[in-house]
Order: sequence, then structure tokens, then C-alpha cells
Amino acid sequence: MCTLEQRGRVFVLTLTGDGEHRLGHPLIASLRSAVASVAAAAASAGPGTALVTVAEGRFFSNGLDIGWAGTSRPRLQELVDALRPLAADLLALPMPTVAAVTGHASAGGFLLALCHDYRVMRADRGVLYMSEIDIGLPLPPYFVAMFRAKITAANALRDVLLRGRKLRAAEAKEMGIVDAVCPGPAETAAEAIKLAEQLAARKWDGGVYASIRMSIFPEACKSVGIVEESDEEKRKHFASRL
Amino acid sequence: MEPNNLCTVERRGRVHLITLTGAGEHRLSPALLSAIRSAVAASAGAGALVLSAEGKFFSNGFDQAWARTAPLHLHSTMDGGFRALVADLLELPMPTVAAVTGHAAAAGCALALAHDSVVMRGSRGFLFMSEVHAGIKIVDFLAELMREKVPDAVNRRDLLLRGDKMSAAEAVRRGIVDKAVDGGVEDVVNAAVAEAEKLAARGWDGEVVAEIRKAVWPKVWDKAKDYGADAPAAARPRL
Repeated sequence: MCTLEQRGRVFVLTLTGDGEHRLGHPLIASLRSAVASVAAAAASAGPGTALVTVAEGRFFSNGLDIGWAGTSRPRLQELVDALRPLAADLLALPMPTVAAVTGHASAGGFLLALCHDYRVMRADRGVLYMSEIDIGLPLPPYFVAMFRAKITAANALRDVLLRGRKLRAAEAKEMGIVDAVCPGPAETAAEAIKLAEQLAARKWDGGVYASIRMSIFPEACKSVGIVEESDEEKRKHFASRL
Repeated sequence: MEPNNLCTVERRGRVHLITLTGAGEHRLSPALLSAIRSAVAASAGAGALVLSAEGKFFSNGFDQAWARTAPLHLHSTMDGGFRALVADLLELPMPTVAAVTGHAAAAGCALALAHDSVVMRGSRGFLFMSEVHAGIKIVDFLAELMREKVPDAVNRRDLLLRGDKMSAAEAVRRGIVDKAVDGGVEDVVNAAVAEAEKLAARGWDGEVVAEIRKAVWPKVWDKAKDYGADAPAAARPRL
């Protein structure tokens, strides 16, 4: 379902296979396990690591496994609830994160891409798409919090959530949703890894990096259940480094 | 205002101009914060305020050297002094302009952005949220001020999470500061004073300026209001 490898200072998490990478219990569990390994490896590797999440095939991820949920509201809620801690793990990850959007990213898949600090996307095919309005599903509160945090231009937010606009890479870049656009999937993955290497080379303290990420997106972090440190804890951290 | 060697005040027309003096980094120590607060308090009767600095730096942030030697329980006096200064600026009954004449880093950058308008030197000097590089976590008040004044998600990330050194041109392009001014420190100060004079010429009711400003930045006002000069003594945190 997913593989994890380390290339120098960059961890590469790959959603494997040609399918839609639907976020059902098995894939979510695999991803959480992989992200936990990354966090653990970072602790021993010291400052100067980064994560790239990439996918094989035509899809980055087509969202929650609504096929498995079927007409069952409780099942759908289970998947919504299962994805939330994965979002939290990514937002709390003590290193820079880059999503290589190598295919369609819809609904929960778009959310997954947004949980990363940076996005590189292929230009030739694939869209970012919040399908919920078109299929008649309300948005879970933490989805809304994440989109409100990361897409701050009012018209862009409206277009994405309220109009179900499908974004190709170029327009996503213009809207500030994607940072770099590459011709195809191989270039996208390569550019994402290169960006991750540049970020890793800054050798930022991972704990401080994650703390600052929380400082800039507090509502999104709170919505996925992350508790921000108090000022006192932050000052103690400062004092402990003297 | 007591004379001190940390900052000067002068009136230019309707503008109350405060200058952080000397060629140093203008680190926001408790002493400098107190001096600036006194200078701000001396603005009564003016039509607008400008904060500027001499030398290469506008301000390089908190006085970490002082923090290294001060006991932990006193660190909050520096944070508290900064909050008090921002409270004073937020409730000042006149428009405020920061003349970013040199580097503005960390709390120094936040202090500049706490003003209504920011005029920045084009040829040198950066806005720089250096904390990520220095390995220092950002305390809540500083983060709140930056969040309200830098609402764009990409700008926030690039400035705070990537710690970009932002030139005036870049900052203007991103909408973080209002104007880049070519030339030296004096040119930037003159431009800021001219901007302030234009704002003073609007003849706005100062109390209304303060009320509207606090309403426009409610989150940072809410976190600053108990610290300012006008805060009821009972509400004021004991530092």
C-alpha cells in the first residue's frame, strides 16, 4: 500500500500501485505507521531531514474509501475519524514536508496534500478537486479548518470548497495552493525530492520547526487534536539550550 | 520624557518621530522597551507617530544575551514589555508608521508590523523571522501578531517557517509592507514622516482611530490589552 525509503536526508513515502490510493483503514494505518517511523528515525538522525510523499500511477489519492463505506453513515464517519490522526501526525512532524502531487488529489486526497508544507504538482494531467459539494457530502470540521488555514484568498477558498472547482497545476500555483509545477510525474517527484533536500540542508531543529508550524496554523492543528505548547514550556526549551 | 541614550524624540510638523539611537542592533531589552514606551507616551498632541532607527538595524529582536543571564522567571518581563509596547501602539490615538531603516528581525520585525503603515528601505535591510534558524520557538503573542498582520498562508510559511530574508521589494510584492524607499536611512525617515504627515492631515478623531484599529486587529488587541499603559492595574499581569 505504501513504502518508505531513506535517500540521504530525505524520507520518501510512496503510495504504491496503479489504483486510486483510496484512504480506507488499511492504507491509513500503513501511512500512520510509515509516518511514525519517519518521526522516530528523525529523532536519531538529528536536525536536517525532510519528508516527501509521492504516489505511483494516475492518482495521488482519490480520497476516503467511500466504496467501502457504501451507504453506511457510521462507516463513513469511521474513515473521517481515522484520517484525522494521520493529518495530525503530518502537521506535528518534526521536519519539512513536501507533497509530490503526481496525480489526481481529491477530497481526502487533496487534504492529504495540504497537510504538507509544500506542494509540487505535475502539469500534464491530474487535478486538485474537493468533490464533496458535487456528491452531496458535508465537510468534516477538520477538513474545513485545514483548507481555511492553507487557502487564505477568499475567492480561492470559495472556488475550491463551494464550487468544486477542479484545479490543474498551473492555476493551483497562481492561487498559491501549489508551489512548483513540473511537466510530468518523474520531474514532479525529482523536484519534490530536490526541494526536500534543500529544506533538509538548512538543518533546522525538528522540534522547533514543528512548533513554528503550529504557531502559523494554530486552528488547523487544534482541529486535528494537536495541543500547542504553553509559552512557559517554550521558554524552558529556550533556557535548556543555553 | 526622561532623557535617555536609547532613543530620541522630535516633532516634525504634526509628526512625533522616535529614533532608536546608535549603530547597534537595538535589541528589545526590557530597558529599550521601556524607553520606547516612554517615547510613545510623549506623543500626546501629535497627529501621527513614526518609529525609526539609526544604523544598519531597525531592531534585531529580543535581547537574547540579556535572557541568557537573567533568571527564567524574569524572561516574561521582556515578553511583557513587548506586549505592553504593542498595546500602547494599538491604542494610540493617531496613525502610526514604522520606518524600517535597516534589518528588522524576529520581535523587531513584529514591532515594525505592529504599526499601521510600514515604509522600508529598498537598498538594504531585510524582514527576517530568524527563529527557525536560531532554534527558538515563537511565543504565542508574537505569533498572534504575525498571524493577524500576515494573513496569507504562503507568506506566513515563507516568512516564519522557512525564515526567508525578505527585501523591501519582495515584502511590497507580497503585501507585507506598504512601500520601499530608495536611498539611505534619512531618505526612509523622510518618506515615513511624509506618509505620517499625510495621515495626520486627514484630521481623524484620534479616539476613533484607536477604536477602529483595535477592532481591525481584535485577536492581538485581546492578547495585548491587559499590558498597556491604560490597562486597569488589577488586570495587569504581575511581571
